[in-house]
Amino acid sequence: MLIALIALGVLAVIIGLVLGYAAIRFRVESDPVVERIDALLPQTQCGQCTYAGCRPYAEAIAAGEADINQCPPGGEVTIHALADLLGVDPRPLNPEHGEHSEKTVVLIDEQVCIGCTLCIQACPVDAILGAAKQMHTVIANECTGCDLCIPPCPVECIHVVPLGTTTGNWSWPMPDKERSEVQQSA
Amino acid sequence: MEFRTWSSPHLPVNDSVAAMMRLVLLALLPGTACFFWLFGWGVLFNLLIAGVTAVVAEAIMLMLRKRAVTTTLLDGSALLAGCLLALALPPLAPWWIPVIGSLFAIVIAKQLYGGLGYNPFNPAMAGYVVLLISFPLEMTLWPAAGNHPDLAATFTLVFSGSLQNDLPLDAVTMATPMDAVRMQLGLGELLTGLKEGPLFGLVGGAGWEWVNLWFLAGGLWMLKMRVIQWRIPVSMLAGLALVALVFHLYDPDTYASPQFHLFSGAAMLGAFFIATDPVSASTTPVGRLWYGFGIGVLTWVIRTWGGYPDGVAFAVLLMNLAAPTLDFYTRTRVFGQQDR
Amino acid sequence: MRSSKVPEGKPSQAAPLPGDFTRLYRFNGGLRLAEHRAVSLEHPIRFAGVPKQLVLPLQQHIGAPAECLVRSGEHVLAGDLLADPVGRVSAPVHAPASGTVVAIEARPVPHPSGLPATCIVIDTDGENATGPALAPVDYRNTDPVELCERIRQAGIVGLGGAGFPTRVKLNRRHDIELLVINGAECEPWISCDQGLMTERAADVIAGIRILQHILQPQQCVLAIEDNMPSAGHALRTALADAGDAGITLVEVPAVYPTGGERQLIRVLTGREVPSQGLPADIGIICQNVGTAAAIHHAVNTGQPLLSRIVTVTGDGVHSPGNLEVLIGTPISDVVAAAGGYTDNVERLLIGGPMMGYAVHSDAVPVIKTTNCILAVSAQTMPLPPPAQPCIRCGKCTEACPADLLPQQLYWYARSGNYDAAQDFGLFDCIECGCCAYVCPSHIPLVQYYRHAKTAIWTQEKQKQAADIARGRHEARLERLARIKQERQARLAKRKRAVTGEGDGDDPRKAAIQAALERVRQKKAQAEYTPANIDNLTDEQRRKIEAVDRRRDADNGRKAGED
Repeated sequence: MLIALIALGVLAVIIGLVLGYAAIRFRVESDPVVERIDALLPQTQCGQCTYAGCRPYAEAIAAGEADINQCPPGGEVTIHALADLLGVDPRPLNPEHGEHSEKTVVLIDEQVCIGCTLCIQACPVDAILGAAKQMHTVIANECTGCDLCIPPCPVECIHVVPLGTTTGNWSWPMPDKERSEVQQSA
Repeated sequence: MEFRTWSSPHLPVNDSVAAMMRLVLLALLPGTACFFWLFGWGVLFNLLIAGVTAVVAEAIMLMLRKRAVTTTLLDGSALLAGCLLALALPPLAPWWIPVIGSLFAIVIAKQLYGGLGYNPFNPAMAGYVVLLISFPLEMTLWPAAGNHPDLAATFTLVFSGSLQNDLPLDAVTMATPMDAVRMQLGLGELLTGLKEGPLFGLVGGAGWEWVNLWFLAGGLWMLKMRVIQWRIPVSMLAGLALVALVFHLYDPDTYASPQFHLFSGAAMLGAFFIATDPVSASTTPVGRLWYGFGIGVLTWVIRTWGGYPDGVAFAVLLMNLAAPTLDFYTRTRVFGQQDR
Repeated sequence: MRSSKVPEGKPSQAAPLPGDFTRLYRFNGGLRLAEHRAVSLEHPIRFAGVPKQLVLPLQQHIGAPAECLVRSGEHVLAGDLLADPVGRVSAPVHAPASGTVVAIEARPVPHPSGLPATCIVIDTDGENATGPALAPVDYRNTDPVELCERIRQAGIVGLGGAGFPTRVKLNRRHDIELLVINGAECEPWISCDQGLMTERAADVIAGIRILQHILQPQQCVLAIEDNMPSAGHALRTALADAGDAGITLVEVPAVYPTGGERQLIRVLTGREVPSQGLPADIGIICQNVGTAAAIHHAVNTGQPLLSRIVTVTGDGVHSPGNLEVLIGTPISDVVAAAGGYTDNVERLLIGGPMMGYAVHSDAVPVIKTTNCILAVSAQTMPLPPPAQPCIRCGKCTEACPADLLPQQLYWYARSGNYDAAQDFGLFDCIECGCCAYVCPSHIPLVQYYRHAKTAIWTQEKQKQAADIARGRHEARLERLARIKQERQARLAKRKRAVTGEGDGDDPRKAAIQAALERVRQKKAQAEYTPANIDNLTDEQRRKIEAVDRRRDADNGRKAGED
C-alpha cells in the first residue's frame, strides 16, 4: 500500500515537472488578448456599448468588466467571434445597447449647414471635412455610421442614409431561402 | 415579359435518393429469393415485420420531430434499413426480435442522430448488434439449409415462441456452417475433416454459398447501374480474402480458405449492401479503400478469434467509428495545389 | 471520364510542352451532357437588327466601371467613345449605333441579383451613321505596346463569358510558352463560338496572328471540341489559306467543362494552373475565339467592339439560331429577331444551363459577356425538387473537375465555417455545376459555394474598412492629445513670462535679468551725488537741513524699534 502511494506520488511529481517545463518551453507567443478582441470589433467608435470607443470596450472585455454582447453594429457575427476567441458561450445581443441595423452613412445638407464645426469635433474618425465658417461635408468612404455627429448639430442638417445594395456589393443569399429543404435544421 | 428565377444548374436531374434506394432493393431480390428458398418462410416474416416496423417507427419519429413525413418516407431509406436487418436475422427468431431490432435501428441509430444523412453508424447493423448481444439464444435459431419447417410451423414458432406439438427447438434448428466451424475448431477438429461434412458445400457453407453468389450478382448489377462505387466492396473483399489467404497458407487445417470466407455468412451482403451505406462510410476515394479494407480484415479477425461467428456487423460498426479520421487523413489534392 | 480516342499522358505540374499535342491528358470528373446545339446551327449567323433603344451599362467587364463622357441629349455616331476606362483594370464603352443619348440612369442589367446599374440609354435614329473609326494598322510593323493600347481603346474584353479586360491579360506577355485559343465551347445549348468558327474562320485566324505577334509564344494551339466537325473543317481550310502560321488545331474530348481555362490547359499540356494563380504563371495565355476575332476587327479594320454573336435557343423561341447582336440590345428585341417566344415559354436564362443565371425580365440588355439567351419551356427545364439531406454518397466528389471535396465544402459553407471552407479549396471552385448536377438529393451546392465566397469577401472588405477606421480613430486621438499638449506648453510658457520666475531657460529672460543686475550694481557702486545742490538760497538750505534732521530722527527711531 505504502509502495503504491509513494510510486503514484513520485509519478505525479515527475509528470507535473514535465508538464510545467513543456508549458514554458513550448509556449506560443500570441498577441495580447486586448489586441485580438479589438481586431474583432467593427471600429464604428459609436459608444453604444457605453465605452468611449472600441478600444476601451476591448479593454473592458479583457478585464472582465464588460460582456461580449454589447456591440450593436457588430451584431451576431461579432458576438460569435468573441465567444470563440474567449471560449465562452455566445449570447444574444443585449437590447439595452441598441439594435443591429444595416450599415448607414450620414449626409450633410449643404443648404442648411452653418459651418459651426461641432460635428467635426464629434466625429471619432475625422470623416467630416471642413473648417469654421466653411462648408462641411462627410467623406462617405470613411464614415462608420456611428451617428455621433447628429446630436451636436445645432441646425439638424445631418441625415442618416442607408448604404443600400448595388451590383457592386451584392452577395449571393443562402440557398435555404430559395428552395425549401425537407430538413429544417441549420 | 417576366419570368421566374432560380439558381443554376438548370438541367433536369434524373437521379434521386428514392431512385437509388429502389435500385438497391431490386438488387437485393435475387439473394433474398435464394435465402427464402433455403431457409423458408421465416425470411419473409422477418422482412415483413422488420420493414413495417421500420417505416412506422420512422413516420412516428418524423411527426414528433415536426419534419415532412411523406416526402421523407418515400425516399425508401427506412424500408431498406429494415430489410437489411431482416436479412441478417435468423429466420426462426420470434416476432419481437425484428421489432426490437428495427425500432432500435430507426429510432435510436438513425432518427435521434438527425435522420437520413446524419447517422454516424449503420442503423441496420446497430440494430443487429443490439439483438445479438441482448438475446443470444434467439439469435441462433437457424433452420437447416434446405430443410426448413413449413408455413404453419414457422408461423407458430415465430408468433408463439414454441413449436407445434411441443417439439423441442432442436428438432428444427441447426448450427450454421460458421457456427459449426468455430465449435469444431474449438474442440480440436481439423478443417480437412469438417470440409467433408454435410454442412459444407462446394466453396463455403452449404446453401450459404448460393445466397452469397446471388448477393454478389445483385451487387455487380448495382455497380453497373452506378448506384454504388467499386471502392468499398472491392477493398472489403480484398481485405477479407488477403488476410484469410495469408493465414490459410500458413496453416490450412486451422484457418479456413479465402473462398470459404468470401462465400459464407454475410460476406457478400456486407460488401455490397451494408458497407456501402454512404451515410456512415468514409467519403474520400482513398479513405473508402481503407474503410473497406479495414472491414474485411476485422471481419476475418472476429470470425477467427472473436466471440461471434460472423464479424461483419461489428467490423462495420468499428470502421464507422474510424470513418471521420480516415476522411481527415485522406483529403484529395486540390487541382492546382501542391501535395496536401 | 475516359477519352477512348486519344492516348493519355500522365499529368504533372511542370511537364515540358508536348510538341504536337497528339497526346492529351484528362482531368478528374466532368460530365458528358447532351449537346442540344444542332437546332441553333441549322441556319447561318444572321444580324439581329438595330433596336429602337440601346441600353449600355457602364460596367460590362471585370474591374472598375467606365466613366461616362457624354451627356443626356448628345447625338452620337456608331463607334463613338461613350465612356472612358477608369484605372488599370477597366474597359471603355462605345456607341454601337448612331442616335441620341436620352438618359444616363439606373436600368435593369443582366446580373444574377436583378439589381439595376448605371447605363447610357440611346434612342437609335436608324441611320447607322458611323463616326471616325480608329485607323487600321499593319500589326506586323507595329509595336506590341501600341497594339495592346489599341485593344484597350477598342473596349475588348474576354468574350468567353468572364469579361476580363484583354489588355490587362496581355500585360503578362513576356516568356509566354504557349498561346491557347479556346474554341472548346462545352456547355450545352451554346453554339456561338462554333458558329463563329464555322462561318468566320478567317477572322479568327487573323486575330490569332495578331496575338502571336504581341505575345511571341513558342507554340500556339487552337482547341475545339471533337463534336464540331463543321468548325474543324472551316478552320483547317482557313489555316491552309493562311499558310504556315504556327497554329496547331487540336480536337479535345467533348466533356463538360473542358472549355474552362484551367481544365483545357491541363488537357492540352498536363500542367495545372496554380491555385489562386493565373495561366501566365506557368507561361500560358488563353483567349477565346470570339476575343481573337474582335482583336482582328480592332486592329485590321479599326472597329471597336460594337457587337457580338449570341446564341438564342431553346424550345421557347420560334427560330433558334446564332445572331449577331449590337451590344446594348434589349433581350426582348433579340428574341423578336429570333422569331419571338413560343406559347409554352416559361424560363429565360442568360448563359448556359450549367453556369447561367435566370433573369426576371427580358428588358435587360445584351452586354459584352452575353453568350447565350435560353428561352425554354417548363418541360425542358423544370423547377428543381426540394433539396433532401445529403446522404454523403460522394457522387459530387467523383464529378468535380477541380479535385475538390464538394461535400465538405457544402457542410462548411452551410454552417458558416468559412475558414475551413477556404482550407478545403473553396476559392478553387470554378462553379461549373457538375456537383449539383449529379447530386441525388438535389442540393443546390453551387449556391452554397457562391454564398460562402461572397460572404468571405464581404467579411474581408468589412475588416479592411474597420482597420482603416481604427487607424483614423487612433490618429485622431493622437492629434487631440498633441494639440492639448501644445496648448498646455504654450500656456505654461506665457505664465512664466508674466511672473518672471527664475527660469534659466529663456535667453530673453536671462538678458533682462542681466540688464537689471547691471543697473542695480551701478546704483550700488556709484556715489550718488544729487545734481541740484549748488547755488542754493538760504531759504532752500534751511528746508533741506530740516528734512535731514527729520530723516535722521526717523532712522534713529526705526533703529530703536527694530
